[in-house]
Amino acid sequence: MNINKQDTPLKIGDRVLTSRFFLGTGKFKNKEELRETIQASGTEIVTVALRRIDLERHEENILEYIPEDIILLTNTSGARNAQEAIRIARLAREAGHGNWVKIEVINDSKYLLPDNTETIKATEILSKEGFIVMPYMHPDLYAARALVDAGASCVMPLGSLIGSNQGLKAKEFIKILIKEIDLPVVVDAGIGAPSQAAEAMEMGADAVLVNTAIATADQPALVAHAFSLAVKAGRLAYLSNLPTEKESAEASSPLTGFLYK
Amino acid sequence: MKITINGQEKELTDQVSLQEIIRQFYQNPKHAIAEVNGSIVKSINWQETDIQEGDIVELVSFVGGG
Repeated sequence: MNINKQDTPLKIGDRVLTSRFFLGTGKFKNKEELRETIQASGTEIVTVALRRIDLERHEENILEYIPEDIILLTNTSGARNAQEAIRIARLAREAGHGNWVKIEVINDSKYLLPDNTETIKATEILSKEGFIVMPYMHPDLYAARALVDAGASCVMPLGSLIGSNQGLKAKEFIKILIKEIDLPVVVDAGIGAPSQAAEAMEMGADAVLVNTAIATADQPALVAHAFSLAVKAGRLAYLSNLPTEKESAEASSPLTGFLYK
Repeated sequence: MKITINGQEKELTDQVSLQEIIRQFYQNPKHAIAEVNGSIVKSINWQETDIQEGDIVELVSFVGGG
């Protein structure tokens, strides 16, 4: 059996992706480690951020460590409203590395929760300008529907708080999006272990995005590989249509023909 | 001539282009993105963009992020 033939590839914007595992590039101890991790992850999409250049000290640019065939998904981190997110997206596009943007509008510094209303506004404007818009959102059905109408290319509900490693705290609400929203659902934020990534994929998420759990591990490349296997395992399990949970036991061996009566 | 680059005031002696400013303050110009007074300036136009007294220049680039 060719297991790859069981699946249809993920399509976001006009790109067909074979990997369903997206990698964030923040918090790595050094850029060489990032390069190894990208390779070990098998990812085709990495997120990056945009910041003011430090005029006082020279820093090597992160782009030198990301292979050119990898899609750069610029996040709008630092944006507190739609206008700021739009400005960041337009600046990023000017660099000539494509038009993929992850809208991230955050106004709360303690919980870093996304502002769905401002995210919808930014999505509407940027998608009209030709961006491939991937909005990071709180998993709310009405907001997700509005993002579809606004021209988003996928929705990216949070699993739990950014960088918290708490896993799929928002599981039941993500399930609703998976069921009701026709766009790809990419679970972003809070995934702290490969088992949690597998769980997201098993329940039908189209992809997951992981950063902190990998970048802050002792061996990022090793855990990135573990995540990539977990994402594949979860996807195959989803496609296999797993049986449902039962309240009582059901024997795995035949209940007839015992040696002892 | 006083200008502001990335929030810092800088004193310049000569009239310069945006291209020269970027070269002076950043070793990796191919990865820089520039905004002057809130408007993006495409890299092909850096050479012909003269920086004037009081201009606000923002130079940004990609960094790691989730």
